[in-house]
Amino acid sequence: MRHGDGQMTGEGEAGGAYGPVRRKEDARFIRGQGNFTDDIRLPGMLHGAILRSPLAHARIASIDVTAAEAHPRVRAVITGQTLADRGLAWMPTLSQDVQAVLATDKVRFQGQEVAFVVAEDRYSARDALELISVDYEPLPPVIDARTALDPGAPVIRDDLAGKQDNHIFDWEAGDQVATDAVFAGADVVVAQDMLYPRSHPAPLETCGAVADFNKISGQLTIWTTSQAPHAHRTLYALVVGLPEHKIRIISPDVGGGFGNKVPIYPGYLCAVVGSMLTGSPVKWMEDRSENLMSTSFARDYHMHGEIAATRDGTILAVRATVLADHGAFNGSAQPSKFPAGFFHIFTGSYDLRAAHCQVTGVYTNKAPGGVAYSCSFRITEAVYLVERMVDILAGELGMDPAELRMKNLLRPEQFPYTCPTGWQYDSGNYPRALQVAMDIADYPELRREQASKRERGEHMGIGISFFTEGVGAGPRKHMDILGLGMADGADLRMHPTGKAVLSVSCQTQGQGHETTFAQIVAQELGLSPDDVDVVHGDTDRTPFGLGTYGSRSTPVSGAAAAVVARKVRERARIVASAMLEVAPDDLEWSGRRWQVRGDPEKARTITEIAMAAHGALELPEGVEGHLDAATVYNPPNLTHPFGAYICVTDVDPVTGQVQIRRFIAVDDCGVRINPMIVEGQVHGGLADGVGMALMQVIAFDADGNCLGGSFMDYLLPTSMECPSWELGATVTPSPHHPIGAKGVGESATVGSPPAIVNSVLDALRPFGVRHADMPLTPAAVWSAVQGHPYRSDLAIT
Amino acid sequence: MQITVNVNGADYAREVEARLLLIHFLRDDLGLTGSHWGCDTSNCGACVVWLDDVPVKSCTMLAAMADGHRVRTVEDLAVGGELDPVQQGFSECHGLQCGFCTPGMMMTARWLLDHNPDPAPEEIREALSGQVCRCTGYENIVRSVLWAAKHEAGQREAGA
Repeated sequence: MRHGDGQMTGEGEAGGAYGPVRRKEDARFIRGQGNFTDDIRLPGMLHGAILRSPLAHARIASIDVTAAEAHPRVRAVITGQTLADRGLAWMPTLSQDVQAVLATDKVRFQGQEVAFVVAEDRYSARDALELISVDYEPLPPVIDARTALDPGAPVIRDDLAGKQDNHIFDWEAGDQVATDAVFAGADVVVAQDMLYPRSHPAPLETCGAVADFNKISGQLTIWTTSQAPHAHRTLYALVVGLPEHKIRIISPDVGGGFGNKVPIYPGYLCAVVGSMLTGSPVKWMEDRSENLMSTSFARDYHMHGEIAATRDGTILAVRATVLADHGAFNGSAQPSKFPAGFFHIFTGSYDLRAAHCQVTGVYTNKAPGGVAYSCSFRITEAVYLVERMVDILAGELGMDPAELRMKNLLRPEQFPYTCPTGWQYDSGNYPRALQVAMDIADYPELRREQASKRERGEHMGIGISFFTEGVGAGPRKHMDILGLGMADGADLRMHPTGKAVLSVSCQTQGQGHETTFAQIVAQELGLSPDDVDVVHGDTDRTPFGLGTYGSRSTPVSGAAAAVVARKVRERARIVASAMLEVAPDDLEWSGRRWQVRGDPEKARTITEIAMAAHGALELPEGVEGHLDAATVYNPPNLTHPFGAYICVTDVDPVTGQVQIRRFIAVDDCGVRINPMIVEGQVHGGLADGVGMALMQVIAFDADGNCLGGSFMDYLLPTSMECPSWELGATVTPSPHHPIGAKGVGESATVGSPPAIVNSVLDALRPFGVRHADMPLTPAAVWSAVQGHPYRSDLAIT
Repeated sequence: MQITVNVNGADYAREVEARLLLIHFLRDDLGLTGSHWGCDTSNCGACVVWLDDVPVKSCTMLAAMADGHRVRTVEDLAVGGELDPVQQGFSECHGLQCGFCTPGMMMTARWLLDHNPDPAPEEIREALSGQVCRCTGYENIVRSVLWAAKHEAGQREAGA
């Protein structure tokens, strides 16, 4: 029996076009007819390949491409010098830094892009890489972030004028004085160092692009794996110098993104330059090692957390200091005013008096990135920190971790709630969500089982996490990327026969936008979702907007879809009033049609109105025909989904093996447009959590060699590591979102790792293990049991 | 070198490089882009096709090794435009999100049901354990295969 499956607790379920309808997208994918970037084939298309640095830190003395150029199937070889001659050797990152497209002076991480070959087929392009000779002068690398600021540490970014160290930024939030005062007067203070190790989103489709530059028209078309086609278009315009109206970005089917496909990568620009030089379209698709070693990684936060409480278990304050490893270029993708992302939501779901955090970003000789992998702009790190601290506090106080959480969770009447670091949580009923999860799990029975097993020497763990996210960036006045405000457009065209086409700026990577957004429009206009097509992923066919990441599609573009549909509905009201010969104010919307107040027999559906709006009906003075509308949605606030997760593990302290026996996830993401899709999103995020908590790390050796460069080393969870998930739901609508929805795409990725880690450490309690860092591989668990925890991120002994 | 491979019931004779991978032969030479390349190391299974009725990872086979053999890809699952129950199951149970792993998953699932028409969830998980899905957490993939098994059992009953 599946516990709690489909269980819904809350303020009513939405009807009409909402519900678990099958996805429109599936028809092509189940037939093998998806259209991914590597499926694009253009006449005369050439293939690109990148030569990458084998060293983490080295000066480039010389590059000789003569032999590669002589290869009979090679059409062009591009080096940093080729790009420098065109002013393209460096490109801006999404964090006001610059990144080398192809290295000119030094290489700064293993796998960095050094040269680009364009050839007539993929295999020849790879062959020619072997013919390029690069003379490197090795430099000492900075691998451990904790030594990056040491006096005398090698300076990685000597390309930056006057740069004498590896410091990127210092950033803080909250009130340090007030927080320190609360800590000074607290009964109990516990502290813990913890690492959220470097991981990688690893979408199954790697990154790539097909660039096609037309020398005659000056038009550049790029088919690419992009989560943000419009932002990419603007970025290409700024980098390449082409007028923006001559650039078209087409993001076809995207085989998973998870934040990996937000930035622009050097390979894309090389494909563009390759097309400009050869006059032919150029495809570049990275291989798996290139994906893992060079594109946007995630996390790498070295955190020190402290939590203060009274002896009876009232949590008073939290504080944290963080060392953030951003790699060789600051390429993390988050709103520009927030260099540590939204980490300062680390106050979590609790009623605190004070909080303060301080984050320092540093360069190391590793790949750039940091904000990716469904992290909601660093909320993963924040939730992990506070949920580990609460569990450690519970251990210190001798309290049950569920009881401690229940005692301190924000209460429903406190919403909207402003946390000590300034976020305003829009809505929530936290105790209810935790109670539902505990009911599904039968928490008291689990504790009884654990006690009896401990007597028999068996080690079962029960771990809880409770998370609050803030997703759906902007508002635009507070949030921008590269100066582009985080608002998103939607256009809705109504055809004469009442069929509709919605164009949106966000880009699905599997989230099912073609279905969900059709349901939103259908719901607002009394149509069937089958009557609504959703266009996305093509900058020539969609309005501007910042795209899909940070769980922002439903909070922003979903809102835009509802708002633009309501605009159409109001335009239809005028036309209906002319059709029915009544004043517009005399009409009311029934949910399916405009009808005359007090005389519902007199009514017109949107379909009837659409035909009239395109016909010869005489409209009131000043009223345009047709029903089309457009909008730009600027969110007034983030939406704040939350949830309660419980993980049950069985741990073998002899082998270190962890088996996840049960995982209960109760998510509240407000109104659920398509509950089937929502549950699918949660399932996927939970599997991510299993990977992060138990399996995945991008580690490095002392020379900066990446030790996670293939799926042989970077372990992804399979069907064997994942349990059958047990889901529950509560519904607390967002008060400011037009349909009460909140984002959910990253909730489970954010919420599940601490539940799993808390569970394993709960199992290890008899061994006196207070903390061990992810991933809790058998070796890590075994070492912790032996009293020798080790750093999983470094192979330095 | 010259090879002849029967793909989805049709013979294809092609001159190929000896080193050409089967996945690239299918995708680039024959234009059958339903099978995907995902990892290079036989871990992800996005490239799974059948070689003489057995699922194989086509990123780790040379096209030359398929010379004289039969290959079946996702494009051949639907017969005469009618979806295979496995395809229906994946759509009914939301067994896919981005769709990149789906063809390989379905080819293995089809093979499983041909050999074990009534698999337990654990048997489905084991059969698919050499393949990776980054979106679904496997839950709905398991349900999709169970749906197909049940659907086919119903069909057999109706036919009996």
